Amino acid sequence: MNYPLYIRSAPTENELKFHYMVHTSLDVVDEKISAMGKALVDQRELYLGLLYPTEDYKVYGYVTNSKVKFVMVVDSSNTALRDNEIRSMFRKLHNSYTDVMCNPFYNPGDRIQSRAFDSMVTSMMIQVC
Amino acid sequence: MEAAAGGGCGSGPPLLLSEGEQQCYSELFARCAAAGAAGGGPGSGPPEAARAVPSAATAAAGPVADLFRASQLPAETLHQITELCGAKRVGYFGPTQFYIALKLIAAAQSGLPVRIESIKCELPLPRFLMSKTDAEIRFGNPTELHGTKVQIPYLITEKNTFKRMDDEDKQQETQSPTMSPLASPPSSPPHYQRVPLSHAYGKLRSNTEQMHPAPYEARQPLVQPEGPSSGAPGTKPPRHQASLIRSFSVEREPQDNNSNYPDEPWRITEEQREYYVNQFRSLQPDPSSFISGSVAKNFFTKSKLSIPELSYIWELSDADCDGALTLPEFCAAFHLIVARKNGYPLPEGLPPTLQTEYLQAAFPKPKRECALFDSYSESMPANQQPRDLNRMELSVKDMADFPVPTQDVTSDDKQGLKSTVDEALPKDVSEDPATSKDSNSLKARPRSRSYSSTSIEEAMKRGEDPPTPPPRPQKTHSRASSLDLNKVFQPSVPATKSGLLPPPPALPPRPCPSQSEQAPEAEIHPQLNRAPSQAAESSPAKKDIPYSQPPSKPIRRKFRPENPATENQDTSTAVGGPATAAAVKPHAAVQKQSSKQKKAIQTAIRKNKEANAVLARLNSELQQQLKEVHQERIALENQLEQLRPVTVL
Repeated sequence: MNYPLYIRSAPTENELKFHYMVHTSLDVVDEKISAMGKALVDQRELYLGLLYPTEDYKVYGYVTNSKVKFVMVVDSSNTALRDNEIRSMFRKLHNSYTDVMCNPFYNPGDRIQSRAFDSMVTSMMIQVC
Repeated sequence: MEAAAGGGCGSGPPLLLSEGEQQCYSELFARCAAAGAAGGGPGSGPPEAARAVPSAATAAAGPVADLFRASQLPAETLHQITELCGAKRVGYFGPTQFYIALKLIAAAQSGLPVRIESIKCELPLPRFLMSKTDAEIRFGNPTELHGTKVQIPYLITEKNTFKRMDDEDKQQETQSPTMSPLASPPSSPPHYQRVPLSHAYGKLRSNTEQMHPAPYEARQPLVQPEGPSSGAPGTKPPRHQASLIRSFSVEREPQDNNSNYPDEPWRITEEQREYYVNQFRSLQPDPSSFISGSVAKNFFTKSKLSIPELSYIWELSDADCDGALTLPEFCAAFHLIVARKNGYPLPEGLPPTLQTEYLQAAFPKPKRECALFDSYSESMPANQQPRDLNRMELSVKDMADFPVPTQDVTSDDKQGLKSTVDEALPKDVSEDPATSKDSNSLKARPRSRSYSSTSIEEAMKRGEDPPTPPPRPQKTHSRASSLDLNKVFQPSVPATKSGLLPPPPALPPRPCPSQSEQAPEAEIHPQLNRAPSQAAESSPAKKDIPYSQPPSKPIRRKFRPENPATENQDTSTAVGGPATAAAVKPHAAVQKQSSKQKKAIQTAIRKNKEANAVLARLNSELQQQLKEVHQERIALENQLEQLRPVTVL
């Protein structure tokens, strides 16, 4: 089942809208990973790229080998954001997530409450916005 | 009762504090200490720490300065007070100094001259004008109050008294009476150091035998052992801890002086450290290895802290995020748990005194280091020569049993290495923080092994690189004996410690430390006859040792008044050809150093050689393994190629 382990938005006015967008994008992610079903799993790239663009936003996806999905929604007006940067952001997210997993007190499937993870996400968002 | 407690001052005039004063001062001290503590850490700590004692640590200079300023005395008066109370002398505001300072402030505010004598008389309480928010901030949010009934009422007490100070700003007389009733917790004054912690202690005791906060608590009361402990007669734990306190107070002082870190609650004492290490061993027999996540989880869960808190503690202490705890990480985690159980809120970040490098620098442990070093040496890539040499010297003992190199241990190795180096080299530990910081940066994901050991290099340099093989150790003894006969009876110079340098024979007037006397005397008799022959031996040995002070040796020889072994002199002068000048005095001191260095160098050389041999063997074995792995890989690739055409088609 798809439930969020962690969700955060920068300008917090329309938070609900972002939540909704992320949720709908999960379907797109699922679609993408099932599309590559024939190929060997390890050939599948973790970074999924632009999932779908709306008029206001661009949504990027990333999925780990353990089927944990990362979804990032950025403003379309933010043209300065290159694909590479998105990739590196996802990589950082992934690394932080593995750190969280290393904590024996963390049960996979729990919400992520790690402060290190929080601070990393915050710093990333500040960097972008 | 409290008056007695006040008597327990360290140095300076005996402080007689009335009950009200005692409370006021301890509150203030706790506030200052708390405010100065790292990360606003002990927010709730202060309430009990204040009880627990003004002994808690030292008050940080910042809050203390603020407090003094709030007393509204002119700056020069404050300077005088600071000087008088001894803070400048000792370099920090310990409880004694703080109390004296407060009394002086009270004296100054009452118009008395700022003198030590002034504080001997009965004084009103000092007045401080501070904003309420200040106090509230400093006393922050007592997070978890684990059942110590003293805490809450105490907090209220503090806030009330503070408010009073603010509003009234004048009748100090009223202050004391108001404070006393407010300080309702019956146990307060006499038990002010022990009760809250003893409650916690009792609770913890019942919880798990494994959690042993006693050392931690005992650490709190510090510099005034006699006074407070005598003032806390009642409960058992206090008495029990009183003895611990006394023993710890001594330890604590040097630690405080050593540290550059103001966060007292986060420093681990020797006793605590030992306890943690023992616990580590119970979980994982090899102290150089690590505890896996699940094992640690089970262990720490026994502490009955909530899972999110434990999770957070883990996050703080597992610096390299590998899901396992090495010994320093384990100690840090354990310490945080103990702190948490005692009511200290968890810090935002790992306090510097709990960081791995610091822990290893501060508490080097021989066995562990050797073992760590072993694993490190296995996996170590080629490094600078001097570094290797120094590192090697530590692993001599355990070279035989090489643990299988594991990636996980690499960071440990680095740390262990550092600690071993620290331990082995009696040189500057001050370099360690520098090296520690370097290694910190190395803890990145690719745990690279390039590690800069400035301390090692420096030590090596100091020790000089022995170009020639060191003289055999026995020679040193013999040399020592040889030189000596005459000198034995003369005040000789140091340098016997190593035994390498013949105890600089006679520095007649030179003040000689016992060291030099011991060795010569010991060897006098047996070696009486061997003097001449040994002289000959010793000279080449002497030549071998490239010291910056070779001149001193011949010079010393020369100074020998009677020297029947003229050969000695001849050879020595021949050896020491170059230098003949110089006063004896500097050489005396220098001699000690040089002999120590020599000894260190020679042992280092020996060990390095042994280590070299072992590493060479290891290298060849690894090469072998590498070849095998290569072959396997080639085989697999061939297989893959064979299979591939099938699928493509």
